[in-house]
Amino acid sequence: MNRDQLRDIVLDELSAIAPDIDTATIDDRARLRDEYDLDSMDALNLLTALHQRLGVSIPESDYAGLHSLQALLDYLTPRLPG
Amino acid sequence: MPSLGADMEAGTLVEWLVAPGDRVEKGQVIALVETAKGVIDVEVFESGVVEECYVAPATRVPVGTPLARIGSGKRVVAELPGASATPAAAAAALPPSAETAAPAAPPEPSPAPVPTPPPGPVPTSEGGRRAASPAVRRRARELGVALESLSGSGPGGAIVLRDLDEAAGRAPRSAPRGGFDPDEMRRAIAATMSRAKREIPHYYLATTLDLHAADAWLADYNRDRPPEERLLMAALFMKATARALDRYPDLNGHYGEEGFQPAERVDLGMAIHLRGGGLIAPAIANAAVLDLPVLMSRLTDLVQRARRGGLRASEVGGATATVTALGEHGVDTVYGVIHPPQVAMIGFGAPRRRPLAVDEMLAIRPTVDVSLAADHRVCDGHLGALFLNEIDAQLQHPEAL
Repeated sequence: MNRDQLRDIVLDELSAIAPDIDTATIDDRARLRDEYDLDSMDALNLLTALHQRLGVSIPESDYAGLHSLQALLDYLTPRLPG
Repeated sequence: MPSLGADMEAGTLVEWLVAPGDRVEKGQVIALVETAKGVIDVEVFESGVVEECYVAPATRVPVGTPLARIGSGKRVVAELPGASATPAAAAAALPPSAETAAPAAPPEPSPAPVPTPPPGPVPTSEGGRRAASPAVRRRARELGVALESLSGSGPGGAIVLRDLDEAAGRAPRSAPRGGFDPDEMRRAIAATMSRAKREIPHYYLATTLDLHAADAWLADYNRDRPPEERLLMAALFMKATARALDRYPDLNGHYGEEGFQPAERVDLGMAIHLRGGGLIAPAIANAAVLDLPVLMSRLTDLVQRARRGGLRASEVGGATATVTALGEHGVDTVYGVIHPPQVAMIGFGAPRRRPLAVDEMLAIRPTVDVSLAADHRVCDGHLGALFLNEIDAQLQHPEAL
């Protein structure tokens, strides 16, 4: 899976949780919590969805540092199975 | 028509999920009702046979109006009042009340014929409400796209904005249903909160809690668990609050015309912000006795259904006290407004690391400000203080929650 495909999947799950986000114009560096109003429940739902879809279980301690879409993609890319 | 909040005067029956002659079990969802809070599932409170439906779909009736008669099944009346017997005509009656329907919207296209439909009642195998967020529902309304006509690509088949955009070009214009109307929701909040401030003599207390023990316990609990099994601090707050309410019944119940009536158990409301501008506080039944993992899954489920639809009447109308946690957005302290007829609102601010005096030393500790807004007609600040201390005590022993 290349980074664009991964980005599509993450955006897909993100828009399922926060349907008001316009994924076409999303700023990859924006802080998800502040810019896109993701609360801790949304964040946990996103982690759950990514775990189920990608097989990557992001530990809570690591998630604390993943503020943006870009940080999330950087984290996930080397950890994808296969 | 059940009351789904102190402010609610009337509701619109959207759809019957049962037909006369059907056997129903207590707790079964039998109808969808549209209110300012969106479309709510209405459960039946007794088991039996639906003998007659008194109210036709798309009819607005005052709270307290009988919707149907449940009995032994001896006097079944198959006809729906005011609704014709063909499924197509019944489907045409489905779009929502005059208040929220787009003006002069044509009816939804009739789906594939249902084999030998029973006379009168609306077939339920088609047009089941689709999972979609309020934002999607609003967008669907703007676009005139019927959610029922779409296949959702979100989790669990939920419809997401992308599905709408793809469909917008090809779907026939049709009246959607579900979701909530932000203006209607705002009016309902205004009515409830005005009544609260007019009638309830609030008193307010707040204190700072040391979350060191809870935070450490939670981090340890979550460390080796996959996301779907993790807990949020909010679940600990809810459990600690529910237990404290159980111990101080003067804060848990409803204030009605006869005065205060304490509740027998804690059905704890959780204020949930809805994307698109809305607020709803459905209840977790018997929260004081739920294990944390169960409480957490109820919480997740409740938030999801609050945002996508599928809340039940007993959840929307039934809270005996409510928790609001605005902490996510970085405010330290919440000064709550009590939701009548309840008598207490408990607020949690943002968990934050702060300097704290611990055993003659200055320590940096995770903390949270908890507040209580309580009804002075029922209790005094002394009891409120004991109550907040009890929440504190509960959170100091997270392993026992």
